[in-house]
Amino acid sequence: MAGKIEDESNDRVPLRLRPEWSDVTPIPQNNGPNPVVPINYSEEFSEVMDYFRAVYFANELSSRALSLTAEAISLNAGNYTVWHFRRSLLESLKVDLHVEREFVERVASGNSKNYQIWHHRRWVAEKLGLEARNSELEFTKKILSIDAKHYHAWSHRQWVLQTLGGWEDELNYCSELLAEDIFNNSAWNQRYFVITRSPFLGGIKAMRESEVLYTIEAIISYPENESSWRYLRGLYKDEATLYVNDTQVSSVCLKILRTKSNYLFVLSTLLDLICLGYQPNEDFRDAIEALRTSDNEEQDSDIARTICSILEQVDPIRVNYWVWRKSRLPQAA
Amino acid sequence: MGDLVAEKHVQYILSVQKKKDSFESVVMEHLRMNGAYWGLTTLHLLGKLDTVDVHEVVSWIMSCQHDEGGFGGNVGHDPHILYTLSAVQVLALFNKLDVIDADKVTNYIVGLQNEDGSFSGDIWGEVDTRFSYIAICCLSLLHRLDRINVDKAVKYIISCQNMDGGFGCTPGGESHAGQIFCCVGALAIAGSLDLVDKDLLGWWLCERQVKSGGLNGRPEKLPDVCYSWWVLSSLIMIDRVHWISKEKLIKFILDCQDTDNGGISDRPDDAVDVFHTYFGVAGLSLLEYPGVKPIDPAYALPVEVVNRIFFSK
Repeated sequence: MAGKIEDESNDRVPLRLRPEWSDVTPIPQNNGPNPVVPINYSEEFSEVMDYFRAVYFANELSSRALSLTAEAISLNAGNYTVWHFRRSLLESLKVDLHVEREFVERVASGNSKNYQIWHHRRWVAEKLGLEARNSELEFTKKILSIDAKHYHAWSHRQWVLQTLGGWEDELNYCSELLAEDIFNNSAWNQRYFVITRSPFLGGIKAMRESEVLYTIEAIISYPENESSWRYLRGLYKDEATLYVNDTQVSSVCLKILRTKSNYLFVLSTLLDLICLGYQPNEDFRDAIEALRTSDNEEQDSDIARTICSILEQVDPIRVNYWVWRKSRLPQAA
Repeated sequence: MGDLVAEKHVQYILSVQKKKDSFESVVMEHLRMNGAYWGLTTLHLLGKLDTVDVHEVVSWIMSCQHDEGGFGGNVGHDPHILYTLSAVQVLALFNKLDVIDADKVTNYIVGLQNEDGSFSGDIWGEVDTRFSYIAICCLSLLHRLDRINVDKAVKYIISCQNMDGGFGCTPGGESHAGQIFCCVGALAIAGSLDLVDKDLLGWWLCERQVKSGGLNGRPEKLPDVCYSWWVLSSLIMIDRVHWISKEKLIKFILDCQDTDNGGISDRPDDAVDVFHTYFGVAGLSLLEYPGVKPIDPAYALPVEVVNRIFFSK
């Protein structure tokens, strides 16, 4: 949220004392009549911004202005107007963008949750073109190693892959991240992104078999993992019949049901399958019967209704959803 | 459970408005226009908008407008679609939309639509479904939605729909409650909610509620009061809000209050800020908490303000 606080080093020379700035009149913020109460940080910040306003309004495209934007950004990386002006300066002064990339990297290390940094990074990468590919993939990897669900980093990485390429290792990268945290929804999303869009993999049809195996293994390890179940369903997007008929899906459901633990998503998946035409056999009936905890629960010959009843009990925060699901089931013959 | 300490929140917001020298104020000065929207809408919802000087606010807003029609985050800041919507929303709160040249603002936004139907945030070209929502919401408030290519805008939004029923920032981007609010809100205003798989999305959204009653923005993330708005308004727009536990969510939001000093934080015991105060109160509004005026889930403005714009003479 806030900008990175500079070291309170006594060797920072205020701008008003720097000879190279002596010709500039700083412009105070026009924010109403309340006087600014000086506290250390606030004083330095106000001074830098007052001088920034001076060069910004004068449209001074100079190297001292460029340095000043770096100072302003280090004090408050969220100020988008400073970033805009910096881009104008970079263009006008024809600055080496490789150097600029390093600047962004330094700023990002303290401030990565900030739209401006990512947009600026993309702007620089766009200008550098294909040669930027590896550095951009490395940069996002670095950020993701600190926060593996970082939304901006993932967005930037997707842009890089689509614009500059580098798909070859991406599925492996997803697997690495999932090995570290199988619950990482961003990594699952990226996996889907790769199998559906990579020019090297042949699309979802070609990848389905291996991906189902991968996902089932993940589900068995942690059946309470929402992302893996959604991913499995996604592998059969627009292919309901294949989904219903895939014995791997139904057998992993049965396997987990029999453990009598972490079966929430199994039940909802089974419910979906039944609604799509799946007909559970005696093994399923027995396994579900074994889950019914309360004698007060209505005995129901309709297995789908029983599943809904169980879900109403074990997922009470979403009871209304399960009641609605039950109401949507076709009436028993 | 505890109550909403409405009066303390009002005092908190008014004190933030005044304290221009605080650290928070100083580092957020570039997005003061958003801050104004969060603070003033909250005051309106709590029935205290009249404590603010209309003329001071309106003249400050107008001083943030640029020749091309867009508004900056504060005086001396470049125009951006984000602050343009906030400016229009705040003017709407005060029933002062007539002070702007609506065509000028419209031209600015129309100029930001791209070939594929998406919208850029400003001349620097960042694309995000947030901006699609902003364009559609803003132009609708100005009665000029027909000036953009709505079909293409809708097509682009739908291209960001994921297999889990949710929406991301760009095609293929991870489903995220904030982005979902933007896409569903945009589609609602554009009259294209039929393109949303409401059952699938509704389930994804109601799965955001965790044991504590709070809502997260994506699977396996922590709950945050701001999702009380984004998830909740989305559920209301697709008519599935009864799929979450309202009581538990209310309790979570109330637990995020600073009952001594006012303000609401992202989760219990954290520091408060205006952003989360607004989202907490707006969430309570959607949950019909007594003493909070109703808010429109698509326009994110009080219902009486929206009615005034669309249903009066």
